Amino acid sequence: MSSSDTHKQSLVERLDAVNEFEREPVSKDKLHGAKSFIAMFSSEHVAGTEFVLGTLLVLHGVSAFDALFGLLVGNILAVLSWALMCAPIAVKERLTVYWQIRKIAGPYLTVIYSALFAVIMCVLAGSMVAVSTTAIAHPFGIESPNFAAGDVIPSLPWMLVACGVGVVIALLAMFGFEKLAHFAKVCAPWMPLIFVGGAVASLPALGVTGPGDFMEAAKTKIWTGVPAEGVSKYGFWSCVGLAWLCNVSQHMGMGDVTIFRYAKKWYYGFASAFGMFIGHYIAWICSGIMCAAFLQLNGAGSNPSPGGIAWLGAGWAGLVCVVLAGWSTANPTLYRAGLAFQVVTPGWSRWRITMFAGVGMMVAACVPAVTFYLDMVVAYYGLFFMPLGAFIFFDYWVFPKLGLQRNWAERLGLLASWPALVGWFGSFIICFFLYAKEAYPSFAWVNDVLPSFLASYQPDFFMQVLPAWILAVVLYTACATIQQKLYRGVVPPLKGSGASASEPEVELVAR
Amino acid sequence: MKSVLKLISYLGLALSVVPSLLVFSGAMEFENHYNYMSVGMVLWFATAIFWIKPDQHEM
Repeated sequence: MSSSDTHKQSLVERLDAVNEFEREPVSKDKLHGAKSFIAMFSSEHVAGTEFVLGTLLVLHGVSAFDALFGLLVGNILAVLSWALMCAPIAVKERLTVYWQIRKIAGPYLTVIYSALFAVIMCVLAGSMVAVSTTAIAHPFGIESPNFAAGDVIPSLPWMLVACGVGVVIALLAMFGFEKLAHFAKVCAPWMPLIFVGGAVASLPALGVTGPGDFMEAAKTKIWTGVPAEGVSKYGFWSCVGLAWLCNVSQHMGMGDVTIFRYAKKWYYGFASAFGMFIGHYIAWICSGIMCAAFLQLNGAGSNPSPGGIAWLGAGWAGLVCVVLAGWSTANPTLYRAGLAFQVVTPGWSRWRITMFAGVGMMVAACVPAVTFYLDMVVAYYGLFFMPLGAFIFFDYWVFPKLGLQRNWAERLGLLASWPALVGWFGSFIICFFLYAKEAYPSFAWVNDVLPSFLASYQPDFFMQVLPAWILAVVLYTACATIQQKLYRGVVPPLKGSGASASEPEVELVAR
Repeated sequence: MKSVLKLISYLGLALSVVPSLLVFSGAMEFENHYNYMSVGMVLWFATAIFWIKPDQHEM
């Protein structure tokens, strides 16, 4: 593909303009110490959605062993992914993920990445608005939708509250982002204590009167191993996969190279443990305990909404925690969606883009299925965006060892790298079909066309992360090898920065 | 002044979690811990906002 077309060029220019101030590697005087990363991870990963995900694990019938040890293993894998895969490349290259993807995949695929990323950010921000709305609706006696009981659309008053919350969040994201970032930082030490306090106070309702009673109640009343009616069963690997996969686009997908490029040392990646073990371990376990207490007191068929379980565990402080946990994370999510939308909406002002993203967020908030299937939304989001990070990892560490040139799209000025396209969509589509053939009746026909060893493969969707990563790098490397073998010419030197900048001009041996 | 604010903030955090331990041990009524958590919340937000500094530059 050539970069001569004027229309195409203008699109690339627009794309670059959005990231205009991000293309230079971070200078030494702007590097941060470990404390900044500990604080950032601690605050960012205690969100309103933790009230949903911990509850979902209870409803999906995980056992106590699955929850306590599966989440432990999954979170350890997530921390290792940040520390050993994401942070080392971030401190060596010191560029945003945007520029790293652009170098290996070309600007056109980066446009697709940005547009789809904006959509999923709106959906995730919408789920956070929905979480906040359950808390605001609770004291007014407005019933939150119960998707499991057949509520496909919320009641009108609930939607009005959700739109009100959404408008406030959109307005604040437009005009007061920095102040809100400060406020989120103030919320960070307090919110985990509300989770813990609410859970500990709920334990007597489950018959736990001393530490010795906990495991018995955990097995028989909290994580019973029996899913709620009409809900699929999750097991140990589901817990491992969900904890590992829910932020996969940030670690294995390399999204957080944008953050860790400010780190003095690569091992600051281990700071992610503070986010994972406070937010995705303690908070999920606490919300699971509060959910079980709620079901115990209100009956198995009741609706354990985030507002309902927080009210039961912590009263007004719990409700405020749900509102703030949803609100403080919805704001940066909406901000990121706005930045990503900027790529495909040239000439739009900042406020118009944010309002546009805000409307998408409010629509998503009013679809109860989004919150009910939040674990699946998060899993699809991770699986879809992860391959590009896998390419960055392989391009940096493995390509030179295989005799392949790094940053091929940038060197040749390609608008799109077809190996990246094949690896990205190929791995996602294959993994999707392998899962869908078992999960969705309309895809059962896939088994008829597959060889027997694949037809008998019954994957846990949350554990697709590993095969997806391997498939992505195999497809990408195979196609990149063909692409580079086919090229007959002198490879131009890199003008950028990082380790690759010092590579000499290389002439490929043409066959 | 800052150390006084910090002290009140930490008291607020303590009020957010210690009453739940008392409920668990049977030393406090369940409904009472709601009130202590609310007071803790007010103390924390009314004081921490003044001494927790915003980030110098965004990462």
